[in-house]
Amino acid sequence: MQLGKEAGLELCDLPLRNIFGDALLDLARSNPRVVVLDGDLGNSTKAEYVRQEFPERFFNIGIAESNLVGIGAGLAGAGYYPFIVSFSSFLLCNAYDQIRLAVAMSEIDATIIGSHGGITLGKDGPTQMGIEDLALMGGLPTFTIIVPSDPATMHAAVKAAPNIKGPVFIRSSRVPMPYIYPMEDTPFEVGVANRVREGADLTIIGCGMMVSAGLDAAAMLAKKGIEARVVDLHTIRPMDVEAINAAARDTGAIVCAEEHLLQGGMGSNVARIVAEHFPVPMRFVGLKDTYVESGDPWDLLKKYNLTADDIAAAGEAVVKAKKEA
Amino acid sequence: MKKKDLYTSAELIDKARELRLEILEMTTRAGSGHPSSSWSSVEIVTALYFGGVLRFQAEDPWWEDRDRFIMSKGHAAPLLYAALSHAGYFSTDELKRLREVGSPVQGHPIRGMMPGVEATTGSLGQGLSLGLGHVLGGRLDGKKFRVYVLLGDGECEAGQIWEAAMAAAHFKAGNLVAILDYNKFQETGPISREIGLEPLVDKWKSFGWTVHEVNGHDLDELLDKFQLIKQLEATGKPQIIIAHTIKGKGVSFVEADFTYHGRALNEEQAKLAREEINAAR
Repeated sequence: MQLGKEAGLELCDLPLRNIFGDALLDLARSNPRVVVLDGDLGNSTKAEYVRQEFPERFFNIGIAESNLVGIGAGLAGAGYYPFIVSFSSFLLCNAYDQIRLAVAMSEIDATIIGSHGGITLGKDGPTQMGIEDLALMGGLPTFTIIVPSDPATMHAAVKAAPNIKGPVFIRSSRVPMPYIYPMEDTPFEVGVANRVREGADLTIIGCGMMVSAGLDAAAMLAKKGIEARVVDLHTIRPMDVEAINAAARDTGAIVCAEEHLLQGGMGSNVARIVAEHFPVPMRFVGLKDTYVESGDPWDLLKKYNLTADDIAAAGEAVVKAKKEA
Repeated sequence: MKKKDLYTSAELIDKARELRLEILEMTTRAGSGHPSSSWSSVEIVTALYFGGVLRFQAEDPWWEDRDRFIMSKGHAAPLLYAALSHAGYFSTDELKRLREVGSPVQGHPIRGMMPGVEATTGSLGQGLSLGLGHVLGGRLDGKKFRVYVLLGDGECEAGQIWEAAMAAAHFKAGNLVAILDYNKFQETGPISREIGLEPLVDKWKSFGWTVHEVNGHDLDELLDKFQLIKQLEATGKPQIIIAHTIKGKGVSFVEADFTYHGRALNEEQAKLAREEINAAR
């Protein structure tokens, strides 16, 4: 199984985390106020690229996430723009209260990078996986929440972050993702979802790797005569209400797909908007109230029903429900 | 500063009394708050803001070269607000709105909501890390400001304090100064009975800090220590003043009863407290 293959997308030969590291280094080169705070995982998150070139603006705070966030917030108070980088799981779960007070409630300008989001870090197992990061971030008013779906949007998101008022969360990932967008002149505006495929029968709304999987699913559905619109909802907050309303109004059926628990993630937030404005049949592809185990990422995606096949099946089901409604 | 640059010892004692009275009036009016925790820190904060220790410009509250003061024990917010208003950051009228809907004078401090409020605190244990972040940022900019963080004693049960203590020594944060208001009580009772901190001096020393001890209600002693701390800054070791204090200092019936934590005085009690604070001359 290769992500994006059905849709004819070219797979990037590097994991998204490496793209993040490149993007952060680019930003550090152009913006001398950017500082990077690492929770002793810079070699995994690739934040270490900055350490090699700008050691004075890179701080490894060690295995102490509460302190990591606090020091980062203090640097913001001193006029710097901190990128606080670690695994989503450790950072958000260990330092949630520090993020709540010192970052969210304080409304500082800073970016939290939650690396190794979802289950596709694979073999290290569920203790390291960030399957609840979007739900946790959703519990913190003032945060802008971004889930890049490909190398181009990762670059664009990192570049955009310091220009966003208030705190930002960006999810990074251990897996390689296909190119959905061009690396130059990437269409990316915070809070504005991208339509990456047109279709009239249903809309697949996804974030992160599930955008590529959604495009694969759309290609499969097309062979059965079902045409799907695919929306890259790269910004989870502020959510593009108009794009969601348009999906409901124009196609009358929606499948949400995310590499996250169904509880509190992207789909449940989309559903709230759909229910209020244009109720239409919906289906949800995501983790169903469970932790997963160690394993090859692609085997895990298959076992936990997070593949293009699963999205396509949900697409068929939701179109059937629309016709029966 | 607002009215004057230098206070005599006698004037500092007066200022401490004024702040103590403000705390009483604010919390009694609000019908809630933590007067006893605020009173134990009054002399520490008086020394910082009115004893010439902190460099600040009240009319330019976010002046880049300011010394930072972070009230990590956020429940002493009434003291912070009283000190800031007396130092000229904002009108003392604002103090009357403590804990009211629509007021920026929140129950616990929120960063930037009032001029001079550096940090959002009130979930304990967070201030020292913030202070260290300011130190590291100032160092990158070649600035000379100092960072003072007021800690509660119960707060030192939080792991983050010790994460920050370890990191501060690692980063040779000689311009980071902690003051520990050691009033010996936490919310539910005496610290030694609940979760003991001793040997506290040894703990901080073993984390690489220079440790000073003072009577936290003796303004002259506090000012001497702050002066000594400035002289020792070049050692590159972070420094802490363990200030031995009395919870509820200044009001005898509060001093005698730790259950006043998180409790404002009613009008009748406030009358007695007012008389006692005023009589202490």
